[in-house]
Amino acid sequence: MKPTSDTLRALPAQSARRPGASMARTAIFALFVAALVALPLLPVPEFWITQLNYIGLYAIVVVGVVLLTGMAGLTSFGQAAFVGLGAYATGVLTATYGLSPWLGLLAGLAVSACAALLIGPLTLRMSGHYLPVATIAWGLALFYIMSSIEFLGKYDGLMGVPPVSIGALVFDTGRSQFYLIWAFALAATLAALWLLDSRTGRAIRALREGSVMAEAMGVHTLRYKIGVFVLAALFAAVSGWLYAHFQRSVNPSPFGLNMGIQYLFMAVLGGMGSVWGALTGAAAVKLIEDQLQVWIPALLGRTGSFEVIAFGIILVLVLKYARQGIWSFLDGLVPRPRRKRDWAEAAPLPVRPKPRRGAVVLEGTGLRRQFGGLVAVNDVDLAVRAGDIVGLIGPNGAGKSTTFHLLSGVLALTAGEIRLHGQRVDGLPSRVIASRGLARTFQHVKMIPDMSVLENVALGAHLRGGAGALRSMLRLDRAQERSLLKEAEAQLMRVGLGEHLHEPAGNLAMGLQRLMEIARALCSDPAVLLLDEPAAGLRHFEKQALAKVLRQLRDEGMGILLVEHDMDLMMSVADRIVVMEFGTRLMEGTPAEVRASPAVRAAYLGTEH
Amino acid sequence: MDLTIAGVLTLDGLTNGAIYALLGIATVLIFTVTRILFIPQGEFVAFGALTLALFQTGQVPGTVWLLLVAAAAAFLLDLYALLRAPRAAGRAAAICRLAASQLAVPILIAALAIWAAPRGLPILAQGLLTLLIITPLGPLTYRLVYQSIAEASVLVLLIVSVGVHFVLLGLALFFFGAEGFRNPPFVDARYALGPLNLSGQVIGIFVVFILLMVMLRLFFGRTLYGKALRATAVNRLGARLLAISADSAGKLAFAMAAFIGALSGLLIGSTTTVFYDSGFLIGLKGFIAAVGGGLASYPATAVGALLLGVAESFGSFWASSLKEAIVFTLILPVLLWRSLYTPHHEEH
Repeated sequence: MKPTSDTLRALPAQSARRPGASMARTAIFALFVAALVALPLLPVPEFWITQLNYIGLYAIVVVGVVLLTGMAGLTSFGQAAFVGLGAYATGVLTATYGLSPWLGLLAGLAVSACAALLIGPLTLRMSGHYLPVATIAWGLALFYIMSSIEFLGKYDGLMGVPPVSIGALVFDTGRSQFYLIWAFALAATLAALWLLDSRTGRAIRALREGSVMAEAMGVHTLRYKIGVFVLAALFAAVSGWLYAHFQRSVNPSPFGLNMGIQYLFMAVLGGMGSVWGALTGAAAVKLIEDQLQVWIPALLGRTGSFEVIAFGIILVLVLKYARQGIWSFLDGLVPRPRRKRDWAEAAPLPVRPKPRRGAVVLEGTGLRRQFGGLVAVNDVDLAVRAGDIVGLIGPNGAGKSTTFHLLSGVLALTAGEIRLHGQRVDGLPSRVIASRGLARTFQHVKMIPDMSVLENVALGAHLRGGAGALRSMLRLDRAQERSLLKEAEAQLMRVGLGEHLHEPAGNLAMGLQRLMEIARALCSDPAVLLLDEPAAGLRHFEKQALAKVLRQLRDEGMGILLVEHDMDLMMSVADRIVVMEFGTRLMEGTPAEVRASPAVRAAYLGTEH
Repeated sequence: MDLTIAGVLTLDGLTNGAIYALLGIATVLIFTVTRILFIPQGEFVAFGALTLALFQTGQVPGTVWLLLVAAAAAFLLDLYALLRAPRAAGRAAAICRLAASQLAVPILIAALAIWAAPRGLPILAQGLLTLLIITPLGPLTYRLVYQSIAEASVLVLLIVSVGVHFVLLGLALFFFGAEGFRNPPFVDARYALGPLNLSGQVIGIFVVFILLMVMLRLFFGRTLYGKALRATAVNRLGARLLAISADSAGKLAFAMAAFIGALSGLLIGSTTTVFYDSGFLIGLKGFIAAVGGGLASYPATAVGALLLGVAESFGSFWASSLKEAIVFTLILPVLLWRSLYTPHHEEH
């Protein structure tokens, strides 16, 4: 099956990028902020201020949902429960014990993080649908706990929550709270945007495409999954804290499962592909809800919470026919700016010491892999030296790609040993093997289709940076980020993709996607490179360019293991060739020896009997 | 706590657990065939119990109109697809066939329901009529909501399911109101088993539970349809190449699930008061059992559901206000156990 997108986000159209686009977008953003600042000062009715306050509160939660669901491909229906934790934590500390709301904020963050750290590791190890299921159950459990504990005021909740204050500044009116809520909403939005445009953000976005590729790039996927789940929980807790001090009371009803589902609904309606979809979705759902509460009683002649019918129908229709959500339509109205090339002066990334030419870099002995009764790879020996291109050929089903998976740690060995730089690496996860200098490409291209070619390639340099989520959200990672992008650009130029840096990777032709994978592998500064059919889908002159790149890499001392069906290319670049058939090593020799071998001929063409 | 109380609690728990098991099995059935995590499974329970309740009061339940509207919508969708296809000979005949196959049965069922409603038929007949009304809602849900996005990811299908839950929940409120109903039992017999008091309805629950387990086993093991469903579950594309229609398989799974849901609703209708939103919680407990069974195994799901029922029953004895909290927190140890058993899983 094609390992591509989860389809909650579709590929952005290759919109026209005009030079003025960046300025237009900055101007719109400035206008938006100015409008937010000015609004409470104008004679806007109090009703609208309240509505906007709700929209801001919702948006903070939904930003977390976009990160979790839209970007990382995980889902939670329990975000409302995290909001509740944030609200109750501050409610207890301020209303019951009379402590400062700011302590309440810290407590809410701590409690939510602990809850997320409890649920995350339990579910995220397994396939993606266990998390939403778990969050449904735990959201319900928490709701019943909040409703039945004396200490939390049962269904009545906690009264007398004080307003937030900074020194003499007290946020006790709708208009003053507007500033507080929207300051947090904007901060959350910016933090999420900055996070996504970073090393950590690329790793998070890679999670959605399954874990094999991300792990091969050195990403500890489980840790990142838990991380983004905790982050979404923290956003929700902040919203809960604001909510408690906005309502001046806390009760369980807004933290039930229905609200948890509505947060997800907001993200879907607004658009999962962008953080701005969170604001759009929160606003759209709140406004639709208001309208429905006017229209439905008139239509049905009865009052009741019938708006859920409309919500459900809209949710299904959006997922069926407009999966990108409202924001993508708005986004398309203004041309997308081209990314500014600000990395020209960036410091180069550190380079790992390379083995001396001719030394054995990668060595597999007695490699064996069984799938039940089938022996896919049968006691194969293989060695790659620095400055050597080793070809791996064989008929379809000979076990070439399985051998690749074994060497790169994607599949576990049934028996045998693998040494990288003389050290045993068999049994280690692929991200550790990657960190020791082995990089690879995939037979079926694995990438993040809606991310730019440049960013996809920069993911390959994941292990050469160290900036974490917090540094990225505060924009303190720029120097390192520029170095990473500079490296990505250099490797893309090297494989001849300099023209395509800013295109969404999914728009590239198949052959060029393979070249992009090579650039991504090179970004990790490997000592040995495993290429799985790199020339498939390339045109003749592109193949020649590829051969040139491979020879150049070899001359620089790289060890290369190459699976390829194009025999002209293989014979012209390989120093030695290993031939496999039915999982076993048939022979090894120079291209000339292989070409002359009757056994190889028989393997490919069959023998006369 | 003495032995008698423990016995009563255990019997109570097993009775509820058997219902959760039925719903959990329906959940596994739908998931394995279609990859849909069908959250609204419990809504069919409420529909079943409350449809019967309205028959009891002599009214035509709203589910009858829902059946007609849904069938008409499905017919229009199929008609649209037929008209958009290139003109072919015998199109008029095809349209007639379509109308006959899509509309005739729902209209017949609705007519029967409208005729029967004020006549105060015996409760068993009303129960059968309820099953006739609710069961087709399953395949209609599949046709209207899921069929065109059957290839979407598990995640998308799950979110869609939540949307369907909202719709069905709102409709239940609209059809049945916020008040609860309690139905008379189908069988008014009671048997004493030592200190325990077995009602006919409770025995009915266990009989249905055991029958269903046996029938599923025979269906999947012995019949061509059952094997086709299993084939679809393993590999949709492969099944299609063998001329098994993934859509028919999906509709069949949904029909079975709706039938199981409605039947569960009839069974619990006399043991507890059912509100429009009661089904959801009951369905979710079945869901948790299904998760415990790895969303794959019927026996494991059944055992998990029975244990869950017993845990719930004892939980409500010790801390009645925290009963639901206890039940839903149980998912955490269940998940821990599952994650130890399936430590690594790569989905694509």
